[in-house]
Amino acid sequence: MRSIWIVCVVILVAAPLLASPPAMPMYSWENFTTANGLPDNHVFCVLVDGDRVWAGTENGLGLYENGKWKIYRPADGLAHRAVLSLALDKRTGDVWAGTMGGLSRISAGRIDTFTQLNSGLSNDIVYGVGVQDDYVWVASAAGASRLNTRTGQWALYNERNTPMYEIWTYGVSPGTDKVYYAVWGAGLLEYDVKTERWKDYNDPDGETEIVLLKDQGLIHEITTSVSYIDKIVWVATYFGASRYDGRSWHNFLTKDSGLPSNFMSFIKGVDANRAWFCTDKGITYYDGINWAVYRPALDTRRPEMLVRDADGNVTTVPVKTAPAHNYTLGIDFQGDDVWVATAEGLSHGIRQASPSDAARASNAKHLGAHK
Amino acid sequence: MKWFAAVVVILAGFLIAAASPNFDQERYLSPGEMAFSPDGRRLYIVCEKSDELLVLDVETRAVVKKVAVGHVPRGLAVSSDGGQIFVANSWNDNVSVIDAKSFEPVKRVGAGFEPTNVVADRTAETLYVANRLTNDVSVIDLASGHEIKRLAAGHGASYLALSPDGSTVYATHVYPKVAHRTTPQSEITVIGTAGQRVIDRVPLSNVAGVFHIAISADGRLGVAAQLRPKNLIPLAHVEHGWAFGNSLTLFGTDVGGVVEVPIDELDRYFALPFGVVITADKSRIFVTAAGSDSVTAIDVEKLLRFVRTHRQSFANDLSASVNYVAARIPVGRNPRGLVLSPDGKSLYVANRLDDDISVIDVRTNQVTGTIDLGGPKKVTPLRRGEQIFYSAKYSFQGQFGCANCHIDATFDGLQWDLEPDGFGVDVVDNRSIEDLAGTEPFKWNGGNPDMPTECGPRTEKYFYRSQSYNEQELTDLVTFVMATPLRPNRYRLPNGELTPAQERGKAIFERTRSKDGREIPVANQCGYCHSGNKYTNQKLADVGTGKPIDRSPLIDTPQLTNVANSAPYLHDGSARSMEEIWTVFNPKDKHGVTNDLTKDELNDLIEYLRTL
Repeated sequence: MRSIWIVCVVILVAAPLLASPPAMPMYSWENFTTANGLPDNHVFCVLVDGDRVWAGTENGLGLYENGKWKIYRPADGLAHRAVLSLALDKRTGDVWAGTMGGLSRISAGRIDTFTQLNSGLSNDIVYGVGVQDDYVWVASAAGASRLNTRTGQWALYNERNTPMYEIWTYGVSPGTDKVYYAVWGAGLLEYDVKTERWKDYNDPDGETEIVLLKDQGLIHEITTSVSYIDKIVWVATYFGASRYDGRSWHNFLTKDSGLPSNFMSFIKGVDANRAWFCTDKGITYYDGINWAVYRPALDTRRPEMLVRDADGNVTTVPVKTAPAHNYTLGIDFQGDDVWVATAEGLSHGIRQASPSDAARASNAKHLGAHK
Repeated sequence: MKWFAAVVVILAGFLIAAASPNFDQERYLSPGEMAFSPDGRRLYIVCEKSDELLVLDVETRAVVKKVAVGHVPRGLAVSSDGGQIFVANSWNDNVSVIDAKSFEPVKRVGAGFEPTNVVADRTAETLYVANRLTNDVSVIDLASGHEIKRLAAGHGASYLALSPDGSTVYATHVYPKVAHRTTPQSEITVIGTAGQRVIDRVPLSNVAGVFHIAISADGRLGVAAQLRPKNLIPLAHVEHGWAFGNSLTLFGTDVGGVVEVPIDELDRYFALPFGVVITADKSRIFVTAAGSDSVTAIDVEKLLRFVRTHRQSFANDLSASVNYVAARIPVGRNPRGLVLSPDGKSLYVANRLDDDISVIDVRTNQVTGTIDLGGPKKVTPLRRGEQIFYSAKYSFQGQFGCANCHIDATFDGLQWDLEPDGFGVDVVDNRSIEDLAGTEPFKWNGGNPDMPTECGPRTEKYFYRSQSYNEQELTDLVTFVMATPLRPNRYRLPNGELTPAQERGKAIFERTRSKDGREIPVANQCGYCHSGNKYTNQKLADVGTGKPIDRSPLIDTPQLTNVANSAPYLHDGSARSMEEIWTVFNPKDKHGVTNDLTKDELNDLIEYLRTL
């Protein structure tokens, strides 16, 4: 009887330790730097268009295609060498690049540049850009701008015609029904396409880092990025992240999520439940329940993958590769792969079959064989 | 005395009528583009002036049907199964879809501003439309009639061709990339029909004004008709062939790149190359010289041999054409579109200003007949003036005519050094000639008080180095130029009202005080110089935009009607956009007080100006 009790106690104690972590995506990371053709190691943004990958860097726009890099700089017509944001017009294939000297359209190799001097663009510092149908939405250091690509007409949105009490717009995510702006210091702005009206969402705690009540609203006023997908808004700030479904907010902080840091430069939703967070302490994936962080370890710089389950258990998954740097600024998807902009290069996360994926595949094959 | 008063009134009435641009009541056809039905039994002809599509029975050479289409139709295409005809209505911004059996218009589908040409893909599921004023190509889903998207093309996108395998649409444009005093740059925009995206842009350097484009049946040779302006050097050398080269661009695997090929001769020019076709067996290229009333036939085998043995550019070598030009075939006035019969034996050429069609035997290069389309027989002064306007015969060696610079009676987007007063002095941007009545004087320095002066001695002396016009011809030409109509404004709301932004811009245009409350001197208010219904007080002003190379800082106040269409801006074209007029070239508030405006307000002002 005594031995049975001992076994039970051992099982209860060891079970959590023996339980395998949730199956989170595994990646083999391939890193690009100036050593293998990247224009610059400071990568601000990345954009995938099929087999082509665009990287906006501090010193030029890189296009990775067929295993080679092509570089665009001001001498080629680019508005400025520092490329802060990228957007794809999926209908035309045109790429829009927001730079520190204006907005450029790269269309089949031709570059057309729009600046505050030669066009209606509100300001040349273009932090964010997005395309929806015939409109190009721009987040600039002096408010939002919208270009109607059919007529060439510009509309400007700022403190004079919106609730934007700060005009430092950092990110934009347009959808068919709503357009969202992350306004640095002024929360989140929503444009209703049908009514053409603006609405602001702010931190109920004001511009403080205090969170009095969890999930009471936007986590912080200093928003840096927004991603609108499947009617869900994902917001990144320097003090945590938020998810908004049109009625309720859910906030994510390091203390109650798998985020490795509350400091985020970029966020991109996969769908209503899943998202990627670009933090200063690693690129982070959330599958709606569990979290995974991919990075060089902050101390040893060795490749590291941390998985946190719904109960808060954190497991280190052995990996052989990691993104180029833990300070991440952008991400885009290429099928199951991801591309990540970091402070020390561009990283290509090549999706690997995780053990559980392999088991599922094996089971499926096995079941199929008996059909 | 009553009878005297009555005579005065009647005479005044005659004078007013004579001055009106609408006194010419003849309804000419002005055939431009043509296309055959797949069986070759019908020839479709789009008529720009009568707003019609004519259906010609090829065997009887009789017009068997006239189909009313939109205003100023320019582009024409037929679906590959022959079931539908598409006509681009350039002033209505749409495309007429016509049933080719009943010849009934089925519907109109919307496009961009001033759609000029149209092609259908092989399945006739998608239309591609070149929009001249929005510089793009509309992609239209024919079933729904909806424009799916716009593809960025060149400045003044105008002409299209579908590759024989249907995989590619090629687009050209009539104005060069907006720039100031640099070598004119153009492109051939290459659109993949599979993805409906622009997949390439073929750069054309030193080219401005690209018209029709054709692809050989095997897809290996492309050819575009174009102008090669020499606007960076002064007018002083017209006798040296300085003004324009008339040429073709060849591209594709047959030539292994892009090659520019002159079609002029050492002492004779073939102005305004417009339409181009390649015979199915690729033995011949035919090009209309719209300003020289002729068709040039080119021997392709000789041409390719010459190209392959001359690796250095011979774009300026006027002796080259003798190596590949097979014939010069005189046709009617202002030949534009041309089309080969499906059996390849005959070439049909639309003589736009004669309202007829020349039929050429492809084998002999001889005109075998002329088909009268039934236009008015009376040739009015207005029509005579139009014929003169588009003709290069008055210029030295037939180099160019008015329409070389004023493409389709607009402008060319170039800056020219027009005066023989030395290199680089008084360089001026070309101005549109729409709706000129009431905008005198002419020239940027206001030197010509009226149009006869503008078109007469000045043209003779500075442009043509030749006989110029006799009195009657000059009168007719002036009649035409002064009657050039104003194209529809695309920025006004259909009900004539202004948008809130345009209203705010109007208030800025009309303001008398700057934002700090100070009164703006009357002469520095927008509406002082830009007054009246054409927005010009017809006087000279120094608005601070003069350059050291200008002989005087005084500039003629330009009219602002349809100003949105005519970039670049200022007298020398130094402002690439309307914004730059004030953000770059108005540092001292001499060109209106604008430096107190926010960016929003400047945008509003520009939105209002677009409506004028």
